[in-house]
Amino acid sequence: MEPNATNRSEGERMIINMGPSHPVTHGTLHIVLELEGEFIVKATPNIGYLHRGVEKLGENLTYQQFIPLTDRLNYCSSLMNNVGYTLAVEKLLGIQDPPRSQVLRVLCSELARIGDHLVCVGINAVDIGAFTAFLYLFRERETIYDLFEMMAGQRLHSSFTRIGGLFRDIPPEFEPLCGQFLESCPRTLDEMERLLTHNPIWADRTKGVGSIAPADAVSWGYTGPCLRAAGVPQDLRKAQPYLGYETYEFDIPVGTTGDIYDRYLVRTEEMRQSLRIVRQCLDRLREIGPGPVIVDDYKIALPPKEKVYTRMESLIHHFKLIMHGIEMPVGEVYGATEAANGELGFYIVSHGGKSPYRIHVRPPCFPIFNSFDEQVRGRIIADAVAVLGGMNVIAGELDR
Amino acid sequence: MVIERIEAQLPGAVLDRHDFRGDATAVVAGPRFLEVVDFVFQEGFQLLLDVTAVDLETREPRFDVVYHLLNLASQERLRIKVPVAEGTAQPSLTGRFKSADWAEREVFDLFGIPFAGHPGLTRLLMWEDFPGHPLRKDFPLDGGDLFCSQDIGASFAPDARSLNI
Amino acid sequence: MGGIHLDDSVMTTRLDAVINWSRKNSLWPLPFGTACCAIEFMSMMASRYDFSRFGAEALRFSPRQSDMLLVLGTITNKQAPVLRQIYAQMAEPKWVVSVGVCASSGGMYRTYATLQGIDRVIPVDVYVPGCPPRPETMIYGVMELQKKITREALSARKEHIERFYRSLERQEERARAGGLSPQQAVREMLLEAGGQGDQQIW
Repeated sequence: MEPNATNRSEGERMIINMGPSHPVTHGTLHIVLELEGEFIVKATPNIGYLHRGVEKLGENLTYQQFIPLTDRLNYCSSLMNNVGYTLAVEKLLGIQDPPRSQVLRVLCSELARIGDHLVCVGINAVDIGAFTAFLYLFRERETIYDLFEMMAGQRLHSSFTRIGGLFRDIPPEFEPLCGQFLESCPRTLDEMERLLTHNPIWADRTKGVGSIAPADAVSWGYTGPCLRAAGVPQDLRKAQPYLGYETYEFDIPVGTTGDIYDRYLVRTEEMRQSLRIVRQCLDRLREIGPGPVIVDDYKIALPPKEKVYTRMESLIHHFKLIMHGIEMPVGEVYGATEAANGELGFYIVSHGGKSPYRIHVRPPCFPIFNSFDEQVRGRIIADAVAVLGGMNVIAGELDR
Repeated sequence: MVIERIEAQLPGAVLDRHDFRGDATAVVAGPRFLEVVDFVFQEGFQLLLDVTAVDLETREPRFDVVYHLLNLASQERLRIKVPVAEGTAQPSLTGRFKSADWAEREVFDLFGIPFAGHPGLTRLLMWEDFPGHPLRKDFPLDGGDLFCSQDIGASFAPDARSLNI
Repeated sequence: MGGIHLDDSVMTTRLDAVINWSRKNSLWPLPFGTACCAIEFMSMMASRYDFSRFGAEALRFSPRQSDMLLVLGTITNKQAPVLRQIYAQMAEPKWVVSVGVCASSGGMYRTYATLQGIDRVIPVDVYVPGCPPRPETMIYGVMELQKKITREALSARKEHIERFYRSLERQEERARAGGLSPQQAVREMLLEAGGQGDQQIW
C-alpha cells in the first residue's frame, strides 16, 4: 500500500533512546527521540549523567584547590578553564599577573583552543563517517600534548595557572617545538580542508542542517563559534578584551546561516587565527625577556622553595597560605573569558573565608544544548547526529 | 549607567545596588522583578547568560536568585539579584528568554526554588526521585553516604578475586 | 602415500591455553566513555599509540558484540544503573577494566553525586590509575588483563558474575516494590551497604 495522506497522519510514534551510552554522544548524554518513521517529532535531552557535584565541592575547598577541578570541566581544552577561573579570582582580589605571565596565558589558551577545535571537528567528522580527518587531526593534537607536557608536566589536565600567575615558566625546549608546530599545523589543516570542505558528501550532510537565525541564537543564550556562525560577531577577546588581547592582531570569522557547515568553517578559520596569535606570543616572549611569572605578593602566591627552606618569614607565609588560604575580600564577581565553546563564566561569592561561599560555573554549551529540540525537529535521525557534533557538547562542563 | 536609568524609570524597584570590581549589580524586589526585566530588555540586554541562586541560610529571605545579562550592542553587563523566601515561587522568564528554560530547571533541582509559569519544571541534573536539594547549605556534601566521607569498607587486598585455577 | 606428515598438521596443547591465547589477542573493547579518560582513549586509538596492535581495533559500542568493558571516566550515581545494565547485557567471557581514578575509586569527587568506585556496583578485573592515565598506562593495563586471561581456567564459571546477576535481581525487586527509579534503588542499596561497612552491593 502506498503511503498517502491518511496513512501519514495516523503514523505510529516510536520512542528511541540515544544514550546515555552511545558512540555518538560524546561524554554521556541521553536524548529521547520521538520518531515518526525516520523523522524526529520531538527530541528531549536528559542530562546530568556526569553531574559530579563540583560546585558543592568548591564550597569546601580553598580557591587554589579548586583549580584542578576546573581542568576537568571542558576536558578538551583544560588550560582555558584554568585561565578563566584564575582570572575571575584575580578580579575578586583586584590584582593583575605580571606581563610575561599574561603572554604565556594567551599562548596556552590559544593552543588549548586549537586543541579543542581539533577534537570537535575530528569527532564531528567521525560521527558523519569521515574517519580519516580524525586521524590527521589527532596527530597535531599529540604535538599540542607534547607542548603542554613540556610546559606544565601533564598532557591533558595541566592545572597550569595559579592565582596571581602561573605554576612555572616555560623551558627552553618549548620554543623550537612550538615553532615546528606552527609549521606543521597549517599543513594539516589544509589536508583536512581538502578532505572535507569541498567534499559533496560532507556538504550534503552539513549544509542547511541545524541552521539558526541570529535573534533566536541570542534568545537561546548562544555564545562562541555557534553564535558567530549564526552571524553575530560577538567574541569576548575583541568585545571585552582581557590579558592584553587588544594588542594582538587577529580576525574573527563570522558565518551566515549557523548551520553545521558554517560552524565547521568558523572553527577551522579560528584555528588558523589562533596560530597567528601563537606566533605573535612567541615573538612577544622574546621581546619581554625573562621575568617573573607569578605575582610577588606572598599573601597570594607561594614563595619559592629556596626561601621557604631558609627564611622564617617565607615559611610562615607558606604555612598560612596552605592552611588558612588566601585572605579574600567580601564580595561577588562574575569573570568571563572566551573559551573554545563560548563564554565561560565563573560567578564567585566570597564571604571572606578560605573557601568561596558559592561558586557557579556558567558553561557555554549548556544553553546551546538546550536548543537541541528546536534544531532537529522535523529532520531525520542522521541529522541529529550531525547537529550534536556541531554543537560540541562536552558533558564535563554541561553537567559539572 | 543602566541602573540609574532603571531607578529613574521605575522608582522603588531597586532595593540596593553596588559596583564591586566593576560588576553593575542591582538587588530588585520580587514584585517589581518582571517590570525591571522588561525595561532592561528594551534597553538592549537581550542575552540572558545565566540564572543561578545563592543559599544564605541565616538570612530571611533565604535565597538570592541571580540573573546575569549581557547587552550585545553596548557590551555592558548587568547582574540582577532577587531575594526569594523559602517556598515562594519566582516568576519564570521562559516567555522572554529561551535560555531560561534549563537554567531555571537547574536552580529548581539544586535549590528547590519553584518558578511559576515554567513549561516543564522537573529535575535536570539529579534523577527524578532524588531526596533533597543538593546545593542547599543544610545538605551534606557526601549526601549521607558514609562510604564516601569516611575510610570504611574492606581494603582491596583481602578482597582480591580468586582466579579459579 | 606422499608427503603428509602428522607433525606438520597436528599440535598438542591444552584446550585452555589455545582458547585463552585466542581470547587475549582479540579483545574487542566496549569504550564506556564518560569523561576525560575517553579523550586519552581516543589518543590511544589514534596513530601514535595505536591500540589496534592488540587486536582491539574493532570498537563495538554494543555490549552484545564486545568482551572487554573499558570504563573511561567518572561514573555518577545517575549513571550507575546504566553501567550495571550494560555489564549485564554483555555475553561471557567478559572482563572489566576500570580506567582512571574516577572509575576506580571516585577520584577527587567525594560528593553526593559521584559513585565512589565502579567496583561497588560491578565486578572489576583491572584497575588503571591516573587522572587521566597516559595511553601507555592504559596499554599496560590491558597487557595485565591479557596476563590474567592466560591464567584463567576454562571450565570454572566465574562466581563473581553470578553474584552480580543476583544483585541485579535484588535491585529490580527493590525498584518494583518501592516504586523507585533504578537510580534510587541502586543508591539505597549503596547506602545500606555503606552503613554496614560493605564496599560492594553485588
